Parts: sequence; structure tokens; C-alpha cells
Amino acid sequence: MPSLGADMTEGTLIEWLVGPGDRVRKGDIVAVVDTTKSAIEVECFESGVVDRLLVETGATVPVGTSLAVISPAGEEAAGLTPEAPEAVSRKQPASPPAAATTPPPPSASPEAGQSGGTVAATPLVRHQAEEAGLDLAAVHGTGPGGRVTRADVSREAAAERPPSTAVKEEPAGRGRVRATPLARRTAAETGIELAAVTGTGRDGAVRVADVRAAAAKRARTAPESVAGQREALLARPEAAGAGPHKAETGRDAATTVHDAAARLTAMRRTTADLMTRSKREIPHYYLSTTVDLGRAVAWLRERNRELPVPKRLVTTAVLLKATALAARHVPQLNGFWTPDGFGGEAAVHLGVAVSLRGGGLVAPAIRDAADLPLPEVMARLRDLVARARTGRLRASETASATITVTNLGDQGVEAVFGVIYPPQVALVGLGKVVERPWAVNGLLGVRPVVTATLSADHRASDGSTGARFLAALDSWAQKPEEL
Amino acid sequence: MSPDSTSNTTYREELREAMREALARDERVFLMGEDVGRYGGAFGVSLGLIDQFGPDRVRDTPLSESAFVGAGIGAAIAGMRPIVEIMTVNFSLLALDQILNNAATLLHMSGGQVAVPLVIRMTTGAGRRLAAQHSHSLEGWYAHIPGIRVLAPATLEDARYMLASALADPDPVLIFEHGSLYNLSGQLDTGCGPVDLDTAAIRRPGNDVSLITHGGSLGKTLQAADRLAEEGIDAEVIDLRTLRPLDDTTILGSVRRTHRAVVIDEGWRTAGLSAEVATRIAEQGFYDLDAPVERVCGAEVPTPYAAQLEEAALPQTDGIAAAARRTVG
Amino acid sequence: MTARAAKPQSAKARSGKDGKAARHASRSKKAATGKRQDPSRAHAGEPAPEPSEAAGHRHGLLRDMLLIRRFEERCVELYSGGKVRGFVHLCIGEEAVSVGVHRALTPQDAVVSTYREHGHALARGLPAEALFAEMLGRVTGCSRGRGGSMHLFDASHRFYGGHAIVAGGLPVATGLALADRMRGTDRLVCCLFGDGAMAEGEFHETANLAALWDLPLLFVCENNLYAMGTPLAREHANIDLAARAASYGMTAWVVDGMDVLAVERAAHKAVRAVRDGVGPVFLEMRTYRFRAHSMYDPDLYRDKAEVEHWKERDPIALLLGRVRAEDGFTDADEERLEEEVALQLDQALAAAEQGELEPVSDLLKFVSTPTGEVS
Repeated sequence: MPSLGADMTEGTLIEWLVGPGDRVRKGDIVAVVDTTKSAIEVECFESGVVDRLLVETGATVPVGTSLAVISPAGEEAAGLTPEAPEAVSRKQPASPPAAATTPPPPSASPEAGQSGGTVAATPLVRHQAEEAGLDLAAVHGTGPGGRVTRADVSREAAAERPPSTAVKEEPAGRGRVRATPLARRTAAETGIELAAVTGTGRDGAVRVADVRAAAAKRARTAPESVAGQREALLARPEAAGAGPHKAETGRDAATTVHDAAARLTAMRRTTADLMTRSKREIPHYYLSTTVDLGRAVAWLRERNRELPVPKRLVTTAVLLKATALAARHVPQLNGFWTPDGFGGEAAVHLGVAVSLRGGGLVAPAIRDAADLPLPEVMARLRDLVARARTGRLRASETASATITVTNLGDQGVEAVFGVIYPPQVALVGLGKVVERPWAVNGLLGVRPVVTATLSADHRASDGSTGARFLAALDSWAQKPEEL
Repeated sequence: MSPDSTSNTTYREELREAMREALARDERVFLMGEDVGRYGGAFGVSLGLIDQFGPDRVRDTPLSESAFVGAGIGAAIAGMRPIVEIMTVNFSLLALDQILNNAATLLHMSGGQVAVPLVIRMTTGAGRRLAAQHSHSLEGWYAHIPGIRVLAPATLEDARYMLASALADPDPVLIFEHGSLYNLSGQLDTGCGPVDLDTAAIRRPGNDVSLITHGGSLGKTLQAADRLAEEGIDAEVIDLRTLRPLDDTTILGSVRRTHRAVVIDEGWRTAGLSAEVATRIAEQGFYDLDAPVERVCGAEVPTPYAAQLEEAALPQTDGIAAAARRTVG
Repeated sequence: MTARAAKPQSAKARSGKDGKAARHASRSKKAATGKRQDPSRAHAGEPAPEPSEAAGHRHGLLRDMLLIRRFEERCVELYSGGKVRGFVHLCIGEEAVSVGVHRALTPQDAVVSTYREHGHALARGLPAEALFAEMLGRVTGCSRGRGGSMHLFDASHRFYGGHAIVAGGLPVATGLALADRMRGTDRLVCCLFGDGAMAEGEFHETANLAALWDLPLLFVCENNLYAMGTPLAREHANIDLAARAASYGMTAWVVDGMDVLAVERAAHKAVRAVRDGVGPVFLEMRTYRFRAHSMYDPDLYRDKAEVEHWKERDPIALLLGRVRAEDGFTDADEERLEEEVALQLDQALAAAEQGELEPVSDLLKFVSTPTGEVS
């Protein structure tokens, strides 16, 4: 089938002007082909004898398909493209557009909401149904041929009001602050919460002057650790301990804050952006449990006794490994939230939040943490923290975590309610290991315990899933020797 | 004849002096267009040049824009350096085939073999009660076309010195002279030397808002800036000068300092040059903006004859100042 | 190849080991005999040679026409195979115009053509390889693959396109001629266009300007009776195209465009007149295209019988008949000529297919000359 135009992809053979045995010369018209534009004559580029026709009259074949075999004059046809006829005849039944005649494949899950393809309804009605949060497939159509009409949707929507309004209220509740791009950027840099700033621009828009005024006011009222506190609000709780900037008092406070903002590193901004996004997009829920570390601490003490200092293990390693195994046990918390919903990951790459001395935060991953022996987890942890603080992380380490742990126990914090790193869906906060009175089997004793807090994405999982996760974590922490 | 730096001169005279200089300096240069010779140019720009250089090099053409613009293209290909004058931008549409399909395209279509060092001058813009077929500002259309350079001299100096740089350009250059500028008078700064065609000019430095304009709107914009100054608003005025390629560096550099921008363009608002400038600011300067970009453009109507209507159809000082206030206030 | 050299040359070619070398030798010989490519005639002052009635000369014309026809037949194959895309317009049937007109031009003259310009380009001396490569989109194409079939350019041959806006090339041709006139050279510009272009305003503006200014311009109208699918009488109130051109005050003749010798004779005469300073001359070549307007044209607007009737005046067959009758040209001669042309095209196509594709990173090149690139 010759290509007779840039937009021609197939052609229908209307008429053969030659048949087997006919002698043809280069340039002869041998067939007529119907394209989408009109009937066009097909000429041949070889002289010889038509051996056989490969495409029947009426058949539609793609451009490039052999139409006939021409043998050089006087030669036998034998051995010429023997596979061609089969190839074409196989194509033949398939070439009428399959999609038009074959019924659509049955949907694997009719409830999945892919009803659009089968329900007859106008775009307006579809739009109306979407607004009302209705699945069109579930609406009884009273129009001609079962078509769903506007009245059908209205009726159904009225019946279903409670759930649909509940769905709609949430986004409406989160109002976006009207602010100029520059004001937004400056607010992020100086740690000013836009929602708390009164805008003086058109229609109440927050402008950069408003942000600077707010920053100046803050500098006057809270001369100590201004930036640090604000960053903590905006970013992550543990940042509060990461070395607050001291804003000089007196002089021109606004200028000082502005200068301080200019000194903030790109890292700080990245963290701010990421955490802002997390809090804006992820509906967090939090679950906490206190884990008895009595067995783990005793086991570690025993084990460490024989080891040189660099090889000794700390409780953190136990908790990290326990977290990794719990994540494998409850895969709904190990993976990423994408526009298509949650996608679980087979491997557990355990992110470890490390606050940097200059401010900011990274969370490099211990890859395949659930499969590593405990000493290896320990070694990796040491290595990651050291390299994170000297800025020598590999890109693969900073981007691959499937779930993250943040541990502020060494800074005296009891419980950490952390902010999830998007697109991850869970973060485990670990507090300080403290000695507490603890009842076991009705007997009160003093045991080392730690508070483990799960922050999880409610879009991806529910509280019961989170509870199973914490239970698994706890259970692994009781079996250090199996880690 | 050339005015010295202390005597008063006009935009028209400086355009003429620029051509006189070019004709005298380079044998390959010639001027061609409708009534450029004996008549002296529809707006008197080439008055007297024919006496000095003769009818061969100051060449009257029939009323056939396509033919004489195309002839300019052919002559340029053959090594001449033609200056083609089209009476007004509206008439240039009769030659649009030649400008777009040939002048702007031949270099590319020939794989780099056929360059077209042609200069086309034409009058643009309204304000002289010439109504809807002599008044439009279509330079933004031409600025859409890859392969040509588009200039809009708005000062005496640019009227005088842009032509030489345009003639030195190996590719087609279109020069848009706003009709209201021909009588612009003042003293020429002869010290500015040859001008480069890649940069916009900051005609008035300021800190609070960038007023970005070109051609016939420059004067009104400077007036608006003066008025704003009285109110304590320190406006910067940018004269684009070259509409293609646009000087992003100057535009964005200014907006990054002032955080506010008003684009003033006598052309229509929809899909026009002002839209392009505003979009570049949004694309490259979004996080520096402290107010939405404002535009002051020609009303979306063919230019009317009646004085009050024509005035209302064009950007005016009041409107420019008001837009600037909205970004600041 | 010219004809005086043809006989001994082809004998040499047959005995030589390498056909390419032989053809090369043949070309050098051609140059030496003072025909089109002779560098010793590099300035435009000399008139082109009178059309020779010698057999060799006719054989040369025959070969040039055959090259064009066989080249275009290859184009059909390449197009049908999907290797060449875009619009491709063939001049099969009109070869006599291409060959005859270009015999009257010197290398210093300029040519401005249309989108049906394969024949003009080949007759002008552009290598078939560069044309194939262009149509295959290769960087080795005569326009680096940026133009395609409709935009063949070669500044070194002063071949200025390849214009796909009907009549859009005419004003440019005027400008090239204006430059020649202003500089006092005796070069001329030959612009070729179809009967359809004469309905465009640009033709009339150009004719007026060229006649008004006495420009050294040779207008060659290839009147093939159809503007795409519209017959002459349906697009022109007065179908006497030469008369309309003459109304602008220029000399205009009608020529049998199927007879290459007639075309050549008329072209020489016209070129001499233009060089003598009479101003533009207009030649209406009555010709016919045997193929459809473009590759994707069902050709529904004309009778098959009409096409067959015109094929009786096939310019190649006409000349072939004459050289058989008058020059003792034999079947063997014809076969040899065909083989030669086929070999040349085989080699050109093979070389063209080896051409590189321009890297996409070069996309924005040639929009403006590097010193003034637009961002």
C-alpha cells in the first residue's frame, strides 16, 4: 500500500486492474485505492509478471503492506516472499478497526468509578454529577434510552446530601491567603505565617511591605530566637533545637530581620517549602505508644560488653530496625502518595531525619533497612549522619526514602509529632529513652521506655492501620535478638 | 546641514540625516518607496535627498507594496543594502507576504545560504486623526515573527543612530516610526555614539514601579512618571527600543528592583506585545512581583476619527499614572 | 553532457573500469567545449552559444530531459515508500522548458523558481544527490533539509528557490534584477512561474515594476493549462497570457513548450534582448504536466484522454524521434543513455541516503545570522 500523502495511514483496495499472469511495466497503473481523500491510482515500480495478489478488493490495509508479488519477467515465482500472503491474511480479519466492533472489555471493578464510558449522559449532566459527588453509574436514568438527565442527578443528589456536602466542605474550609508572589517568598524566607499578616493591598492582598512589617514587629516583641521559633512553626518541631538565629535588637529591626532572611540557606528554603506543602496537602493523623525497652537495653548492654566502642550498638539502631520491619509488616504505610492514589513500595528505604548545623534538615535513606542486620543498620546510620553533616550525600540517598524516622531523643524531647515528607505517607517520631515506673504482670518496676509517635497520611491509611504498625514496632522492639 | 549638538533639531530631521549619512557612506545603500523622491516622503522624512543622491538611489516606486518590498529583498540578496520605506504600517499588510514568507524566512528555508540584509522603515501609530486605515500600531505583529528584528526609535538619538546599526545587521530589520514623533524636537546628544540593537533603555530610573513602553507612548509615560513623582511614587521608565528580540535582562532587572510593572502599548491588548512583555515578567519574575502586572493599551476598536474618541482609544498620561498607582497603592 | 563529446566519451565510459570516472571525464570535456559550466566564461559579458543543430547538442538536451524525468520517477517511488514527505510537485511532461531555458543562461545569471522546480534545479546544474538529500531531509541536502521539495536553494548556482507562495518569488526576482541594473552588470534574472501566478497581484505589480524600470528580467511562464485543478479558462478572463504581459509594455512571445529546440531558440533570443537592455521579456511556454498536481492528487479535474493526447507530444519522445530520424540514434544508444542516467541516479540516491540528519540541537540555527541571533 503506497503512502500517497502525509496523513495517509491506510488505504482500501477498490479495484485490481491486473491479475495473476498479467505482464506489467514500470509505471503501469495496477490498482485503485481509496484513501480518506479520494480514489487514487496505484502504479508499480517494477516490470514483470504479476505472480499473485496479496490483498483482496475491499480490504483496508496499512501503508507499507505488500499488495502483490511481481516476478521479473521470465522467472519463476518460486521463492519470492513466501511469508507475505500469510502475513496479510492474518492481518485481514484484524484490520477493520477492532475497537469499533469488539465490545469493550468488562471492567475489573465496576465500583471503581469508571462509569463514564458506559452511562449515557451529556457533558453538562456529567459535570453536575461530578459537582455533586455522584457516581453516574449508580443514578437511574429516566431519559430516552435510559439516558441520565439533570433531573435524575438533582434527585439523587438531594437524597445523598449528607455525604456529598461533607466532601465539599473540607476544601472550602482551607482558605488560601491572598498574597503577592513576592510576599509569599519573603514570608517563607523570614518565617512569617502569611495567614497571620493583615494585607493592605487590593482586596486585602498581603504584600511584601505587610510581611516586612510583621517581621519587624516580631523582632521587637521577641528578640531572642525569633527565626528559630518561627521556622519551627512552619517547618518541623525539631528545628527549634537546631540553633536559632539571633536577631539583633534595637537599630532598625525590619532591616535586621530582612538581612537575617537573606542569610538563610537554600536548604532552609527547601525544607520550608516541603513542610509547608506537607501541612497543606496531607491530612495528618497521629498515634502514640510507649515502648518498653527493658529487654532491648539489657540485650544491648550484654552484646556491647565484648565490642570495641566504634562497633557498639545504640537503642536507636534497634528502634530503626524495628520500624523498618513494622513498615514491611504494614505496607500501607510504606510508599508514596501520587495523584493516582497510594502506591506501596516493596523495599523499605528508611529515611532518617538529620538536622544540619547550619539550619535545615535532610532525611537520607538507609536503603533496604528491613533486610540489613542490626550492626549494618548501625554502621549505615553513623555513616549517613556523618556524611549528611558534611554535605556528602548521594542523590539516591536523599530522594529514595519510603518512610522516615525522626529521633529527637538525644535532645531531651519526650515525644515527637513530626511532619510527613511528601510524597511519603508516614513518619515515626522517637523521643528520649527515659526510665519510668512500669507494670509487668501486675508487678511494678522501673523500666527504660520510649514514646514512638506515628504521623500518617489519612488519605492513604486509617487509624487502625497505624495502630497495627505501632504494635508491630513494639513487638519487634521486644525481640532484639531477632533483629 | 547636520545640526550640531547645541541647535534644536527634530526626529524627522534626524531620520533624514541618518539616511543621508548612510547613502553618502555606502554605495550599496539606496532608498526606495512611494513618493520618497520628488515628493520628499509622505511625512517629509526624505525631503531633499533626491537632489543629493539622484533618482536611482532615492527611488520612487509605483503603489505596489508587495513588488517594491520584494524588490528590496531581492536587491539585498544580491548584495545591495536597500532601505525600503512603506508609507504606513497599514499599507505594509499589502507586503506581508514578502516580509513574512520571504524576508524573514529565506535564510532558514535555504539552510543558511540566503541572507536578507534589508531595512524597512514605516510609520506606525495613531494620534493624528488619520482614522482606521492609517493609524494602527501593528509592530507587535511583526515582533511575533522569528527572522526579523523590530525597532521602535522613540528619541532623537535613536532616530539618528539606529539606522546605521540596522544597516549593519545581516538580517531584515523593520523600523517603526511613530507618526506623532516626527515633530519631536530638542537637542541631539551627539555623544551617545553608535547604538546597539539588543538593549532596552532606562529613560528614567526609579524604585517603586517599572513603566515599560516604546515608541509613541514614551513621552506620555515620562509625563506620567513626573506626575507620580509629585505624589511620592518613584517610577522607572523603560523604553524597549527593540521589540524583537526583547531585552529580558533590562526588563526583569528593573522589575526585580521595583517589584511592580505597568506595560504601556498603543497596540491592542489582546494577544499583543504588552501580553508578551507581561508574560515574560510572570514567567521569569513571578516571585519578585508584589502586585499584578498592569497593562495600558489601545482600546479594542479600529482607530476612530473624532478627536475625543481617538484620544480615548489610546493610552494617555492619566491612565498610565492610574495604573501605576494601582500597583503601588 | 554535451553532444559533441558524447560519442567518443560514452565509448570511453564503456571501456573504462569505473563509470563514475568516465562521467567525470565527460563533464570536464563538456566544460572544455565551452558549454554551460565553463569557468572561462565566468563573466557575464559573453552571449550564450547559439543553439546548435548538431546531433551532439541534441543528444545533450535529450540526456538532460531524461535525467529530470527519471529523477522525478524516483521521487514518486521515494514518496510512495514514505521516505519523502510534504508536498511534492512533479514536472514530468514539462522537461523541455527546464532544459531549453537554462541552456540560454550563464552561471552569473540568477534563477528564481516555484515549488515545481526539480527540473529547473537539475537543469541549472544542482547535483541530483543534493536534491535527493534535501527531499530525504538530510543535512547534506541543498537546503540542509530545511526546505524540502518545494524549497530547493543553491546560492553557489545563484538558484534562489524554490518558492511555494504562488507568485511570491516574482518580486524577489525583480530585486535581484534591480541590483544588477544599479550596478551596471549585464547579468539577468530568470524567473519561472505558472499560469496560476498570473492571476496573483504580485505578478502584475512585478510586471509593471520591471517594465517601468527596464529591469533585466526574463519572465518564463510555464502555462500547463491548470492552476492546481482549475483550467486556464476558469481562472483568467483573457487566456492570452502573452498578450496580458505585453500590455505592461514588455516583449512577449508564445513558445511551444513541448519542443525543447523551440524553447531553447526562444530563450536565447529573449536573453539576448534582455542583455541588450530592452527591459524584461516574457515567454509563455505552452506545456503540460502529465502527472497530477501533487503526489496526493486524484487528478479528477481533467480527462484521461486529454492527458493521453498531450503525451503524444511528450518532449522526450519528440526529440527522440528527431534524433532517430536525423542523427541515426539507435535503440542501443537509447538503452545506453538510460543506463547512464540510471547509474547516475543510483549513485546520487545512494549517496543522499548516506547523508546525516541535522541534530535537533541545531534547530534554532538559520533563523538569523549568528551575530544577531534572536533569543
